[in-house]
Amino acid sequence: MTPLSLEALAARVHDGALIALPPDDSLSSGALIRALVRRGVKHLRLVGVPTTGYAADLLIGAGCADVIETAAMTLGEAGTGPRFAAAIAAGSIRVLDATCPAIHTALQAAEKGVPFMPLRGVLGSDVLGHRPDWHVIANPFSSDDDPILLLPAITPDVAIFHASCADEEGNVWVGRRRELATMAHAARASLVTVERIVKGRLLDDERLAPGVISGVYVEAIAVAERGAWPSGLLDEYDSDRAHIAAYAKAARTEAGFAEYLAQFVTAQPERTAA
Amino acid sequence: MSSASDVTVQEILIAAVTRLILDPTAPPARHIAVGMASPIPAAACWLLKKQGHDLRLSLLQRATGGPFSEGGRELFDLAGQGRIDIFFLSGGQIDSQANINMVGVGDWPGSQVRFPGSFGSAFMYSVTPRTILFREEHSARVLVEKVDHISAAGTSPPEVWRRGTAQALVTGRCIFRFDNGRFTLASIHPGETLESVDANTAMSYLTPPHVPFTELPSAEELALLRGPVCDEMLNTYPDFCRRVWGRSADQNQENAA
Repeated sequence: MTPLSLEALAARVHDGALIALPPDDSLSSGALIRALVRRGVKHLRLVGVPTTGYAADLLIGAGCADVIETAAMTLGEAGTGPRFAAAIAAGSIRVLDATCPAIHTALQAAEKGVPFMPLRGVLGSDVLGHRPDWHVIANPFSSDDDPILLLPAITPDVAIFHASCADEEGNVWVGRRRELATMAHAARASLVTVERIVKGRLLDDERLAPGVISGVYVEAIAVAERGAWPSGLLDEYDSDRAHIAAYAKAARTEAGFAEYLAQFVTAQPERTAA
Repeated sequence: MSSASDVTVQEILIAAVTRLILDPTAPPARHIAVGMASPIPAAACWLLKKQGHDLRLSLLQRATGGPFSEGGRELFDLAGQGRIDIFFLSGGQIDSQANINMVGVGDWPGSQVRFPGSFGSAFMYSVTPRTILFREEHSARVLVEKVDHISAAGTSPPEVWRRGTAQALVTGRCIFRFDNGRFTLASIHPGETLESVDANTAMSYLTPPHVPFTELPSAEELALLRGPVCDEMLNTYPDFCRRVWGRSADQNQENAA
Protein backbone atom coordinates (compact mmCIF):
# COMPACT_ATOMS: atom_id res chain seq x y z
CA MET A 1 0.00 0.00 0.00
CA THR A 2 1.61 3.23 -1.16
CA PRO A 3 1.04 6.04 1.33
CA LEU A 4 -0.90 9.04 0.05
CA SER A 5 -0.35 12.65 0.92
CA LEU A 6 -2.48 14.02 3.74
CA GLU A 7 -4.50 16.11 1.29
CA ALA A 8 -5.08 13.10 -0.99
CA LEU A 9 -6.27 11.10 2.03
CA ALA A 10 -8.71 13.90 2.90
CA ALA A 11 -10.01 13.86 -0.68
CA ARG A 12 -11.26 10.29 -0.11
CA VAL A 13 -13.90 11.56 2.33
CA HIS A 14 -16.99 12.52 0.36
CA ASP A 15 -19.49 15.20 1.31
CA GLY A 16 -22.24 13.80 3.51
CA ALA A 17 -20.16 10.84 4.74
CA LEU A 18 -20.87 9.20 8.11
CA ILE A 19 -17.46 9.36 9.77
CA ALA A 20 -16.38 7.66 12.99
CA LEU A 21 -13.90 9.45 15.27
CA PRO A 22 -12.13 8.27 18.43
CA PRO A 23 -11.92 10.48 21.52
CA ASP A 24 -9.02 12.88 21.96
CA ASP A 25 -6.02 10.96 23.33
CA SER A 26 -7.30 7.71 21.88
CA LEU A 27 -5.50 7.95 18.53
CA SER A 28 -7.50 10.82 17.10
CA SER A 29 -5.97 12.11 13.84
CA GLY A 30 -5.67 15.84 14.33
CA ALA A 31 -3.71 16.02 11.07
CA LEU A 32 -6.42 14.46 8.91
CA ILE A 33 -9.19 16.45 10.59
CA ARG A 34 -7.35 19.69 9.77
CA ALA A 35 -6.85 18.47 6.19
CA LEU A 36 -10.62 17.86 5.96
CA VAL A 37 -11.26 21.42 7.08
CA ARG A 38 -8.80 22.70 4.44
CA ARG A 39 -10.56 20.61 1.81
CA GLY A 40 -13.88 22.21 2.79
CA VAL A 41 -15.81 18.94 3.14
CA LYS A 42 -19.53 19.51 3.83
CA HIS A 43 -22.53 17.86 5.50
CA LEU A 44 -20.51 15.27 7.42
CA ARG A 45 -22.33 13.13 9.94
CA LEU A 46 -19.99 12.53 12.89
CA VAL A 47 -19.96 9.62 15.32
CA GLY A 48 -17.90 9.91 18.50
CA VAL A 49 -16.57 6.47 19.48
CA PRO A 50 -17.88 6.79 22.06
CA THR A 51 -17.05 10.45 22.79
CA THR A 52 -15.21 13.12 20.91
CA GLY A 53 -13.55 16.47 21.48
CA TYR A 54 -11.19 18.72 19.56
CA ALA A 55 -11.64 16.87 16.25
CA ALA A 56 -15.43 17.17 16.14
CA ASP A 57 -15.44 20.70 17.56
CA LEU A 58 -13.12 21.80 14.75
CA LEU A 59 -15.29 20.19 12.06
CA ILE A 60 -18.47 21.67 13.53
CA GLY A 61 -16.94 25.14 13.91
CA ALA A 62 -15.69 25.07 10.32
CA GLY A 63 -19.17 24.22 9.02
CA CYS A 64 -18.17 20.73 7.82
CA ALA A 65 -20.77 18.77 9.81
CA ASP A 66 -24.58 18.67 10.00
CA VAL A 67 -25.11 15.90 12.55
CA ILE A 68 -23.19 14.45 15.48
CA GLU A 69 -23.92 11.28 17.41
CA THR A 70 -21.86 11.01 20.58
CA ALA A 71 -21.97 10.09 24.25
CA ALA A 72 -20.07 13.28 25.10
CA MET A 73 -18.14 16.17 23.64
CA THR A 74 -15.27 17.01 25.94
CA LEU A 75 -12.02 18.94 25.86
CA GLY A 76 -11.10 17.47 29.26
CA GLU A 77 -10.48 20.10 31.89
CA ALA A 78 -11.33 22.79 29.30
CA GLY A 79 -15.00 21.72 29.35
CA THR A 80 -17.26 20.91 26.41
CA GLY A 81 -16.52 21.96 22.82
CA PRO A 82 -17.24 25.68 22.48
CA ARG A 83 -18.18 25.52 18.77
CA PHE A 84 -20.38 22.50 19.51
CA ALA A 85 -22.20 24.42 22.26
CA ALA A 86 -22.53 27.48 20.00
CA ALA A 87 -23.93 25.34 17.17
CA ILE A 88 -26.52 23.85 19.55
CA ALA A 89 -27.56 27.33 20.70
CA ALA A 90 -27.78 28.46 17.05
CA GLY A 91 -29.63 25.31 16.00
CA SER A 92 -27.06 24.61 13.29
CA ILE A 93 -26.11 21.10 14.40
CA ARG A 94 -28.35 18.10 14.98
CA VAL A 95 -27.21 16.23 18.08
CA LEU A 96 -28.00 12.57 18.63
CA ASP A 97 -27.08 12.15 22.27
CA ALA A 98 -26.03 8.61 23.10
CA THR A 99 -24.31 6.75 25.92
CA CYS A 100 -20.86 5.16 25.62
CA PRO A 101 -21.79 1.45 25.60
CA ALA A 102 -24.63 2.12 23.13
CA ILE A 103 -22.12 3.32 20.55
CA HIS A 104 -19.72 0.45 21.22
CA THR A 105 -22.60 -2.02 20.95
CA ALA A 106 -24.02 -0.50 17.74
CA LEU A 107 -20.57 -0.74 16.14
CA GLN A 108 -20.25 -4.34 17.32
CA ALA A 109 -23.54 -5.08 15.57
CA ALA A 110 -22.12 -3.63 12.33
CA GLU A 111 -18.89 -5.59 12.91
CA LYS A 112 -20.91 -8.79 13.04
CA GLY A 113 -23.15 -7.84 10.14
CA VAL A 114 -26.34 -8.05 12.22
CA PRO A 115 -28.97 -5.29 12.13
CA PHE A 116 -29.19 -4.61 15.88
CA MET A 117 -27.94 -5.64 19.30
CA PRO A 118 -29.46 -5.41 22.78
CA LEU A 119 -28.05 -3.42 25.69
CA ARG A 120 -28.95 -3.43 29.38
CA GLY A 121 -29.70 -0.23 31.25
CA VAL A 122 -30.55 3.12 29.64
CA LEU A 123 -34.31 2.70 30.29
CA GLY A 124 -35.56 5.79 32.11
CA SER A 125 -32.94 8.02 30.53
CA ASP A 126 -34.14 10.94 28.41
CA VAL A 127 -31.36 9.97 26.00
CA LEU A 128 -33.64 7.09 24.99
CA GLY A 129 -36.68 9.39 24.73
CA HIS A 130 -34.87 11.45 22.10
CA ARG A 131 -33.82 8.45 20.01
CA PRO A 132 -36.79 7.29 17.92
CA ASP A 133 -34.33 5.00 16.11
CA TRP A 134 -33.76 3.01 19.35
CA HIS A 135 -36.37 0.42 20.32
CA VAL A 136 -37.38 -1.21 23.58
CA ILE A 137 -38.77 -4.74 23.28
CA ALA A 138 -39.88 -7.41 25.71
CA ASN A 139 -37.02 -9.85 26.27
CA PRO A 140 -38.22 -12.79 24.12
CA PHE A 141 -36.26 -15.28 26.24
CA SER A 142 -37.88 -14.28 29.53
CA SER A 143 -41.24 -15.36 30.87
CA ASP A 144 -41.26 -12.28 33.11
CA ASP A 145 -41.92 -8.73 31.98
CA ASP A 146 -38.39 -7.66 31.05
CA PRO A 147 -38.08 -4.64 28.73
CA ILE A 148 -34.69 -4.32 27.04
CA LEU A 149 -33.15 -1.81 24.63
CA LEU A 150 -32.25 -2.66 21.02
CA LEU A 151 -29.76 -0.52 19.13
CA PRO A 152 -29.53 -0.36 15.36
CA ALA A 153 -26.10 -1.12 13.91
CA ILE A 154 -23.90 1.88 13.11
CA THR A 155 -22.02 1.39 9.84
CA PRO A 156 -19.74 4.39 9.30
CA ASP A 157 -18.71 5.19 5.74
CA VAL A 158 -15.24 6.03 7.00
CA ALA A 159 -13.32 5.51 10.23
CA ILE A 160 -10.61 8.12 10.75
CA PHE A 161 -7.77 7.62 13.21
CA HIS A 162 -4.04 7.94 13.79
CA ALA A 163 -1.83 4.90 14.47
CA SER A 164 1.74 4.55 15.62
CA CYS A 165 2.86 2.75 12.51
CA ALA A 166 1.82 0.90 9.38
CA ASP A 167 3.62 -1.80 7.42
CA GLU A 168 3.83 -2.01 3.67
CA GLU A 169 0.58 -4.07 3.49
CA GLY A 170 -1.41 -1.38 5.28
CA ASN A 171 -1.66 -3.25 8.59
CA VAL A 172 -1.65 -0.62 11.34
CA TRP A 173 -0.67 -0.84 15.00
CA VAL A 174 -2.90 0.76 17.65
CA GLY A 175 -1.80 -1.20 20.72
CA ARG A 176 -4.46 -1.87 23.30
CA ARG A 177 -6.92 0.61 21.78
CA ARG A 178 -9.15 -2.19 20.63
CA GLU A 179 -12.20 0.09 20.35
CA LEU A 180 -10.48 1.37 17.20
CA ALA A 181 -10.48 -2.15 15.84
CA THR A 182 -14.24 -2.39 16.40
CA MET A 183 -14.65 0.99 14.72
CA ALA A 184 -12.49 -0.04 11.76
CA HIS A 185 -14.26 -3.40 11.44
CA ALA A 186 -17.67 -1.71 11.47
CA ALA A 187 -16.79 0.99 8.93
CA ARG A 188 -16.87 0.50 5.17
CA ALA A 189 -13.34 1.92 4.99
CA SER A 190 -10.67 3.29 7.31
CA LEU A 191 -8.41 6.22 6.47
CA VAL A 192 -5.41 6.19 8.76
CA THR A 193 -2.55 8.57 9.43
CA VAL A 194 0.61 7.07 10.95
CA GLU A 195 3.82 8.31 12.51
CA ARG A 196 5.93 6.02 10.36
CA ILE A 197 6.02 3.10 7.94
CA VAL A 198 7.91 0.06 9.21
CA LYS A 199 9.61 -2.75 7.31
CA GLY A 200 8.23 -6.28 7.49
CA ARG A 201 4.76 -7.57 8.39
CA LEU A 202 3.37 -6.41 11.75
CA LEU A 203 1.17 -9.51 11.84
CA ASP A 204 4.24 -11.78 11.78
CA ASP A 205 5.34 -10.46 15.17
CA GLU A 206 3.50 -12.40 17.92
CA ARG A 207 4.05 -9.55 20.38
CA LEU A 208 2.72 -6.83 18.10
CA ALA A 209 -0.05 -8.77 16.37
CA PRO A 210 -2.67 -8.37 19.18
CA GLY A 211 -2.45 -4.58 18.71
CA VAL A 212 -2.75 -4.66 14.94
CA ILE A 213 -5.74 -3.74 12.78
CA SER A 214 -5.53 -5.76 9.58
CA GLY A 215 -5.01 -3.90 6.31
CA VAL A 216 -8.20 -5.63 5.10
CA TYR A 217 -10.07 -2.72 6.68
CA VAL A 218 -7.67 0.06 5.72
CA GLU A 219 -8.38 1.86 2.46
CA ALA A 220 -5.47 4.27 2.53
CA ILE A 221 -2.79 5.69 4.78
CA ALA A 222 -0.73 8.87 4.96
CA VAL A 223 2.37 9.56 7.02
CA ALA A 224 1.83 12.43 9.46
CA GLU A 225 4.49 12.85 12.10
CA ARG A 226 2.96 14.00 15.38
CA GLY A 227 -0.33 13.52 13.55
CA ALA A 228 -2.34 13.05 16.73
CA TRP A 229 -1.43 16.57 17.89
CA PRO A 230 -2.80 18.30 19.89
CA SER A 231 -3.86 14.94 21.29
CA GLY A 232 -1.20 12.63 22.66
CA LEU A 233 -0.17 9.29 21.20
CA LEU A 234 0.00 6.30 23.55
CA ASP A 235 3.41 6.38 25.28
CA GLU A 236 5.06 8.25 22.36
CA TYR A 237 4.04 11.82 23.18
CA ASP A 238 1.75 13.59 25.62
CA SER A 239 -1.30 15.61 24.75
CA ASP A 240 -0.64 19.34 24.38
CA ARG A 241 -2.86 20.50 27.22
CA ALA A 242 -1.79 24.13 26.85
CA HIS A 243 -2.81 24.11 23.20
CA ILE A 244 -6.20 22.52 23.95
CA ALA A 245 -6.79 25.15 26.65
CA ALA A 246 -5.80 27.92 24.20
CA TYR A 247 -8.10 26.42 21.57
CA ALA A 248 -11.00 26.27 24.05
CA LYS A 249 -10.46 29.93 24.86
CA ALA A 250 -10.11 31.09 21.26
CA ALA A 251 -13.11 29.08 20.06
CA ARG A 252 -15.46 30.79 22.51
CA THR A 253 -16.08 33.37 19.79
CA GLU A 254 -16.60 33.04 16.05
CA ALA A 255 -13.76 35.52 15.46
CA GLY A 256 -11.38 33.71 17.79
CA PHE A 257 -12.15 30.43 16.05
CA ALA A 258 -11.53 31.99 12.61
CA GLU A 259 -8.18 33.24 13.87
CA TYR A 260 -7.37 29.76 15.18
CA LEU A 261 -8.17 28.22 11.79
CA ALA A 262 -5.99 30.76 10.01
CA GLN A 263 -3.07 30.14 12.32
CA PHE A 264 -3.17 26.36 12.82
CA VAL A 265 -5.35 24.80 10.14
CA THR A 266 -5.37 26.63 6.83
CA ALA A 267 -1.71 27.73 7.10
CA GLN A 268 0.55 25.50 5.00
CA PRO A 269 2.56 23.50 5.80
CA GLU A 270 0.99 22.15 8.96
CA ARG A 271 2.28 23.71 12.14
CA THR A 272 2.29 20.75 14.43
CA ALA A 273 4.86 21.94 16.92
CA ALA A 274 3.60 23.26 20.23
CA MET B 1 -4.48 15.03 65.83
CA SER B 2 -6.03 16.82 62.91
CA SER B 3 -8.41 19.68 63.49
CA ALA B 4 -11.04 21.20 61.25
CA SER B 5 -8.87 24.22 60.58
CA ASP B 6 -6.02 22.51 58.71
CA VAL B 7 -8.08 19.95 56.80
CA THR B 8 -9.34 20.89 53.34
CA VAL B 9 -12.88 20.19 52.22
CA GLN B 10 -11.52 17.87 49.53
CA GLU B 11 -9.75 15.79 52.20
CA ILE B 12 -12.98 15.56 54.18
CA LEU B 13 -14.80 14.36 51.06
CA ILE B 14 -12.11 11.81 50.23
CA ALA B 15 -12.24 10.34 53.73
CA ALA B 16 -16.04 10.31 53.61
CA VAL B 17 -16.01 8.38 50.35
CA THR B 18 -13.70 5.74 51.90
CA ARG B 19 -16.17 5.26 54.77
CA LEU B 20 -19.03 4.83 52.28
CA ILE B 21 -17.02 2.26 50.30
CA LEU B 22 -16.30 0.29 53.50
CA ASP B 23 -19.91 0.52 54.78
CA PRO B 24 -20.54 -2.99 56.17
CA THR B 25 -24.28 -2.76 55.47
CA ALA B 26 -23.74 -2.25 51.71
CA PRO B 27 -23.01 -4.96 49.13
CA PRO B 28 -19.31 -5.95 49.21
CA ALA B 29 -16.72 -3.96 47.26
CA ARG B 30 -14.02 -6.02 45.58
CA HIS B 31 -13.60 -4.19 42.29
CA ILE B 32 -14.04 -0.41 42.06
CA ALA B 33 -13.86 1.51 38.82
CA VAL B 34 -13.26 5.26 38.65
CA GLY B 35 -14.18 7.16 35.50
CA MET B 36 -12.77 10.31 33.96
CA ALA B 37 -12.56 13.64 35.80
CA SER B 38 -13.03 12.02 39.23
CA PRO B 39 -10.10 13.04 41.44
CA ILE B 40 -11.94 12.74 44.77
CA PRO B 41 -13.16 9.17 44.14
CA ALA B 42 -9.72 8.25 42.77
CA ALA B 43 -8.02 9.63 45.88
CA ALA B 44 -10.46 7.73 48.12
CA CYS B 45 -9.64 4.49 46.35
CA TRP B 46 -5.90 5.13 46.59
CA LEU B 47 -6.28 5.89 50.30
CA LEU B 48 -7.95 2.50 50.84
CA LYS B 49 -5.19 0.79 48.88
CA LYS B 50 -2.50 2.55 50.90
CA GLN B 51 -4.28 1.47 54.09
CA GLY B 52 -3.85 -2.11 52.93
CA HIS B 53 -7.42 -2.95 51.90
CA ASP B 54 -7.63 -5.76 49.37
CA LEU B 55 -9.37 -4.02 46.45
CA ARG B 56 -9.01 -4.13 42.71
CA LEU B 57 -8.96 -0.58 41.36
CA SER B 58 -9.58 0.24 37.73
CA LEU B 59 -8.75 3.88 37.15
CA LEU B 60 -9.75 4.95 33.66
CA GLN B 61 -8.07 8.34 33.60
CA ARG B 62 -4.43 7.55 33.00
CA ALA B 63 -2.11 9.10 30.47
CA THR B 64 -0.54 5.73 29.65
CA GLY B 65 -1.06 2.20 30.83
CA GLY B 66 -4.49 1.68 32.28
CA PRO B 67 -6.47 -1.21 33.64
CA PHE B 68 -7.74 -2.92 30.48
CA SER B 69 -6.46 -4.40 27.24
CA GLU B 70 -9.64 -4.68 25.18
CA GLY B 71 -10.26 -1.00 24.55
CA GLY B 72 -12.82 1.43 25.82
CA ARG B 73 -15.68 -1.02 25.74
CA GLU B 74 -14.12 -3.43 28.25
CA LEU B 75 -15.25 -1.31 31.22
CA PHE B 76 -18.85 -1.53 30.03
CA ASP B 77 -18.64 -5.24 29.30
CA LEU B 78 -17.23 -5.87 32.79
CA ALA B 79 -19.91 -3.71 34.37
CA GLY B 80 -22.64 -5.36 32.32
CA GLN B 81 -21.54 -8.73 33.67
CA GLY B 82 -21.59 -7.45 37.24
CA ARG B 83 -17.80 -7.54 37.67
CA ILE B 84 -17.64 -3.93 38.92
CA ASP B 85 -19.05 -3.38 42.40
CA ILE B 86 -18.85 0.40 42.76
CA PHE B 87 -18.81 3.27 40.28
CA PHE B 88 -18.94 7.03 40.77
CA LEU B 89 -21.16 9.49 38.93
CA SER B 90 -21.68 13.22 39.04
CA GLY B 91 -23.86 15.65 37.14
CA GLY B 92 -24.49 19.24 36.20
CA GLN B 93 -27.80 18.76 38.02
CA ILE B 94 -28.79 16.07 40.53
CA ASP B 95 -32.36 15.78 41.79
CA SER B 96 -34.42 14.45 44.69
CA GLN B 97 -34.95 11.11 42.90
CA ALA B 98 -31.16 10.72 42.39
CA ASN B 99 -31.58 11.36 38.67
CA ILE B 100 -28.50 12.95 37.12
CA ASN B 101 -28.30 15.42 34.23
CA MET B 102 -25.09 15.52 32.20
CA VAL B 103 -26.79 16.82 29.04
CA GLY B 104 -27.66 20.44 29.69
CA VAL B 105 -30.14 23.09 30.80
CA GLY B 106 -32.94 24.49 28.66
CA ASP B 107 -34.56 22.74 25.73
CA TRP B 108 -33.03 19.41 24.68
CA PRO B 109 -30.11 19.00 23.99
CA GLY B 110 -29.11 21.95 26.19
CA SER B 111 -30.09 25.19 24.48
CA GLN B 112 -29.20 27.39 27.50
CA VAL B 113 -26.23 25.54 28.93
CA ARG B 114 -24.74 22.48 27.29
CA PHE B 115 -22.84 20.01 29.50
CA PRO B 116 -20.39 17.57 27.84
CA GLY B 117 -22.92 14.72 27.62
CA SER B 118 -24.08 11.56 29.35
CA PHE B 119 -20.93 9.43 28.82
CA GLY B 120 -21.67 5.91 30.11
CA SER B 121 -23.97 7.00 32.94
CA ALA B 122 -27.25 5.75 31.42
CA PHE B 123 -25.79 2.25 31.50
CA MET B 124 -23.44 2.24 34.49
CA TYR B 125 -26.07 3.51 36.95
CA SER B 126 -28.29 0.49 36.20
CA VAL B 127 -25.71 -2.29 36.01
CA THR B 128 -23.52 -1.34 39.01
CA PRO B 129 -24.66 -2.57 42.43
CA ARG B 130 -23.52 0.62 44.15
CA THR B 131 -23.08 4.14 42.80
CA ILE B 132 -21.63 6.93 44.88
CA LEU B 133 -22.72 10.32 43.57
CA PHE B 134 -20.29 13.17 44.15
CA ARG B 135 -20.41 16.86 43.38
CA GLU B 136 -18.17 19.35 45.15
CA GLU B 137 -20.40 22.32 44.26
CA HIS B 138 -23.41 22.14 46.58
CA SER B 139 -25.77 24.87 45.39
CA ALA B 140 -29.40 25.34 44.50
CA ARG B 141 -28.54 25.28 40.79
CA VAL B 142 -26.93 21.82 41.10
CA LEU B 143 -29.19 20.10 43.65
CA VAL B 144 -32.62 20.63 42.11
CA GLU B 145 -36.03 19.12 42.79
CA LYS B 146 -36.25 17.81 39.22
CA VAL B 147 -33.46 17.77 36.64
CA ASP B 148 -34.11 19.45 33.27
CA HIS B 149 -33.07 16.23 31.50
CA ILE B 150 -32.34 12.75 32.81
CA SER B 151 -29.03 11.33 31.61
CA ALA B 152 -29.36 8.38 33.96
CA ALA B 153 -32.33 7.56 36.16
CA GLY B 154 -31.86 7.03 39.90
CA THR B 155 -34.86 4.76 40.21
CA SER B 156 -36.78 2.47 37.88
CA PRO B 157 -40.22 0.85 37.89
CA PRO B 158 -40.20 -2.70 39.31
CA GLU B 159 -40.31 -4.45 35.92
CA VAL B 160 -37.13 -2.69 34.73
CA TRP B 161 -34.02 -4.73 35.45
CA ARG B 162 -31.27 -3.01 37.42
CA ARG B 163 -28.64 -4.13 39.93
CA GLY B 164 -28.51 -1.07 42.14
CA THR B 165 -28.71 2.66 42.50
CA ALA B 166 -27.15 5.51 44.47
CA GLN B 167 -25.78 4.64 47.89
CA ALA B 168 -25.10 8.24 48.79
CA LEU B 169 -24.46 11.74 47.49
CA VAL B 170 -21.29 13.44 48.70
CA THR B 171 -21.10 17.23 48.29
CA GLY B 172 -18.90 20.06 49.48
CA ARG B 173 -21.34 20.70 52.36
CA CYS B 174 -22.72 17.36 53.48
CA ILE B 175 -23.46 13.71 52.83
CA PHE B 176 -26.91 12.40 51.93
CA ARG B 177 -27.82 8.71 52.03
CA PHE B 178 -30.21 7.47 49.34
CA ASP B 179 -32.69 4.92 50.71
CA ASN B 180 -36.06 3.86 49.37
CA GLY B 181 -36.04 6.57 46.74
CA ARG B 182 -35.37 9.48 49.14
CA PHE B 183 -32.29 11.40 50.18
CA THR B 184 -31.69 11.69 53.92
CA LEU B 185 -29.13 14.03 55.41
CA ALA B 186 -26.47 11.76 56.94
CA SER B 187 -23.86 14.27 58.12
CA ILE B 188 -22.78 17.87 57.56
CA HIS B 189 -19.19 18.98 57.16
CA PRO B 190 -17.59 21.16 59.87
CA GLY B 191 -18.44 24.81 59.27
CA GLU B 192 -21.88 24.00 57.87
CA THR B 193 -25.24 24.18 59.66
CA LEU B 194 -28.60 22.61 58.88
CA GLU B 195 -29.65 26.09 57.75
CA SER B 196 -26.66 26.61 55.42
CA VAL B 197 -27.27 23.23 53.79
CA ASP B 198 -30.98 23.91 53.43
CA ALA B 199 -30.41 27.38 51.95
CA ASN B 200 -28.23 25.92 49.20
CA THR B 201 -30.38 22.90 48.34
CA ALA B 202 -33.36 23.07 45.98
CA MET B 203 -34.15 19.35 46.17
CA SER B 204 -36.29 17.87 48.91
CA TYR B 205 -34.66 15.55 51.46
CA LEU B 206 -35.30 14.17 54.92
CA THR B 207 -33.57 15.58 58.00
CA PRO B 208 -33.42 13.17 60.94
CA PRO B 209 -33.63 14.55 64.51
CA HIS B 210 -29.88 14.26 65.04
CA VAL B 211 -27.43 15.03 62.23
CA PRO B 212 -23.76 14.55 63.15
CA PHE B 213 -20.79 16.34 61.68
CA THR B 214 -18.93 14.39 59.00
CA GLU B 215 -16.06 12.44 60.53
CA LEU B 216 -12.75 14.13 59.74
CA PRO B 217 -9.81 12.27 58.28
CA SER B 218 -7.45 11.02 60.98
CA ALA B 219 -3.83 12.19 61.21
CA GLU B 220 -2.77 8.88 59.64
CA GLU B 221 -5.22 9.32 56.77
CA LEU B 222 -4.04 12.88 56.17
CA ALA B 223 -0.41 11.77 56.11
CA LEU B 224 -1.25 9.10 53.52
CA LEU B 225 -3.28 11.55 51.43
CA ARG B 226 -0.61 14.24 51.41
CA GLY B 227 2.17 11.75 50.72
CA PRO B 228 1.70 8.44 48.88
CA VAL B 229 -1.85 9.13 47.61
CA CYS B 230 -0.78 12.45 46.08
CA ASP B 231 2.26 10.69 44.57
CA GLU B 232 -0.05 8.27 42.75
CA MET B 233 -2.26 11.08 41.45
CA LEU B 234 0.31 13.67 40.28
CA ASN B 235 0.40 12.49 36.70
CA THR B 236 -3.31 11.93 36.20
CA TYR B 237 -4.70 14.86 38.20
CA PRO B 238 -1.96 17.53 38.22
CA ASP B 239 -4.38 20.43 38.64
CA PHE B 240 -6.14 18.77 41.58
CA CYS B 241 -2.83 17.97 43.31
CA ARG B 242 -1.66 21.53 42.86
CA ARG B 243 -4.96 22.99 44.12
CA VAL B 244 -5.38 20.73 47.15
CA TRP B 245 -1.86 19.78 48.15
CA GLY B 246 0.22 22.49 46.49
CA ARG B 247 2.34 19.93 44.67
CA SER B 248 3.14 19.53 41.00
CA ALA B 249 4.66 16.77 38.91
CA ASP B 250 7.51 19.10 37.83
CA GLN B 251 8.34 19.84 41.43
CA ASN B 252 8.39 16.11 42.08
CA GLN B 253 10.88 15.54 39.28
CA GLU B 254 13.05 18.37 40.56
CA ASN B 255 13.01 16.84 44.01
CA ALA B 256 13.91 13.48 42.55
CA ALA B 257 16.79 15.04 40.62
